[in-house]
Amino acid sequence: MRRKLTPYLLALPGWAWLALFFIVPIAGMVSLSLTSGNIITGFHQTFNIGNYTEALNLYSEQLFRSLFYGLSATLIAIAIGYPAAYWIAFKAGKHKSTYLLLLLLPFFVSFVLRTISWKFTLSDQGIVLGTLKNIGLLPTDFAVLNTAPAVVLGLAYNFLPFMVLPIYAVLERMDHRVVEAAHDLYASRLQAFLRVVLPISLPGVFAGGLMTFIPTTADYVNATVLGGPETTMIGSIIQTQYLVNNDYPIAAAITFVLMAVLLIGIFSYARALGTERVMEVQAK
Amino acid sequence: MTATLDATAATPAPPRRRVDWGKWFTRAVIGWLFTPIVFMIAFSFNDIQGRQNVVWEGFTLKWYGRVFDYADLTQALLYTLAIAVLTMLIAGTIGSLLGLALGRHRFRGQGTTNLVMFAAICAPEVVMGAALLSLFLVLGISTGFAAILIAHVMFTVSFVAITVRARVITLDANLEEAARDLGAGAWTTFRLVTLPMLMPAIMAGGLLAFALSIDDYIITSFVAGQVTTFPLWVWGATRIGIPPQVNVMGTLIFAVGVTLAIVNVIVAKRRR
Repeated sequence: MRRKLTPYLLALPGWAWLALFFIVPIAGMVSLSLTSGNIITGFHQTFNIGNYTEALNLYSEQLFRSLFYGLSATLIAIAIGYPAAYWIAFKAGKHKSTYLLLLLLPFFVSFVLRTISWKFTLSDQGIVLGTLKNIGLLPTDFAVLNTAPAVVLGLAYNFLPFMVLPIYAVLERMDHRVVEAAHDLYASRLQAFLRVVLPISLPGVFAGGLMTFIPTTADYVNATVLGGPETTMIGSIIQTQYLVNNDYPIAAAITFVLMAVLLIGIFSYARALGTERVMEVQAK
Repeated sequence: MTATLDATAATPAPPRRRVDWGKWFTRAVIGWLFTPIVFMIAFSFNDIQGRQNVVWEGFTLKWYGRVFDYADLTQALLYTLAIAVLTMLIAGTIGSLLGLALGRHRFRGQGTTNLVMFAAICAPEVVMGAALLSLFLVLGISTGFAAILIAHVMFTVSFVAITVRARVITLDANLEEAARDLGAGAWTTFRLVTLPMLMPAIMAGGLLAFALSIDDYIITSFVAGQVTTFPLWVWGATRIGIPPQVNVMGTLIFAVGVTLAIVNVIVAKRRR
């Protein structure tokens, strides 16, 4: 009897914490999203679906922009992360762990601080652009900040490790003899890559894509620090509505919409490819 | 004539020096990743007046001596460290137990647990923060230090659990059986055999929780109430100018992280 209970007792505290503070809050948010009222009169449950139509009417632009930025940042992260992961896994030899460490070290600096440091580095009269403008290499009205590319590159920068690690994990574990076999069968280097290495590494790319797309889409730190009014992302709307405007029903509704869009992605990924690969990479 | 031709053909062509594009690409990526870090460190030595730390004025070490000049910044750093240590202890403990249950036992609800942990790892921070704040609002619970701690344990516990689970799966169950054959009770076996073998994973999971907690801005910003943590203080200061003390603190935290990472790599190499 006691042995049967052991796993439940072991799992109980962690389970309870996740249930109480992860699952229940999402239910609480759904409940809040259906209320009417305001901060002064209080909020009353009226099953007011109108909050959703209002939220979508007001903020669908920011929602689509966020999805677009998230997707762009993910694709850039693949373009940058894949070749780097490939080279480290296949060609770096005994320096493998050194290069991997170097790739991860910058992320020991706080996320907010890293992003703000980019802002100073790239500011219009800052150390880089200011210098280039002074020697006449750039027109004086050239700006990087407050543009969409600045935000997207900032997102790709901040979440690159989530892309590199899963791809690296798959490539590193791959049996290199299959590449030799491909060469023995007269495959060119490109053919061997396209028809052998790439298909094997795709699960890593998918896992990295999921781990990059979700946080970049929902992020607002990069959009606020590196962007301007034209680049507002949905996360920023959610934060302002909750913390500044205290318009909780609309805020909860738009959060739920964002979560639903991303959850469809999360669960279809989990169904198609299983949860193991993402969790295993995180465990390292 | 043919003989000379054959001779030239037989001499191996001098090895063509191929440019290793992959290496240079990887190095460029690393350079890109380090750019803001280098600027942050450099500007912790900037000899400026006031708070506008944007233009290089000259080298000084004085900010390292005056790192605690802003009482509220120091307080914010202390909050951040206190929350990170408590998160490490709580999430480290309950996450390890959860990981042990998942790795060692088969039980009802295991699949659901895995899925919930997966969702908690993947869920965007803004959703977790907004949801927690919604709950606190609905229940009328005030936000602040305890709320931040609850949130940090919530989003780090799954990371600890999967780290420990990965280790539990690779453990040799025969060792525990041997201990029991030698007369050790369940608790003694756990304490003297299982726990020491799990310790590296528990430590790794705890450190990961610490690192995630110390860095968190988004979830914290939702549930912080009147409490200001280090990332929140830095965020709030962007408008009025970030004093070099922030660069100093960032540089010191970075230095500690780098030292730990390098020690970790060296220890891992030794063990091999």
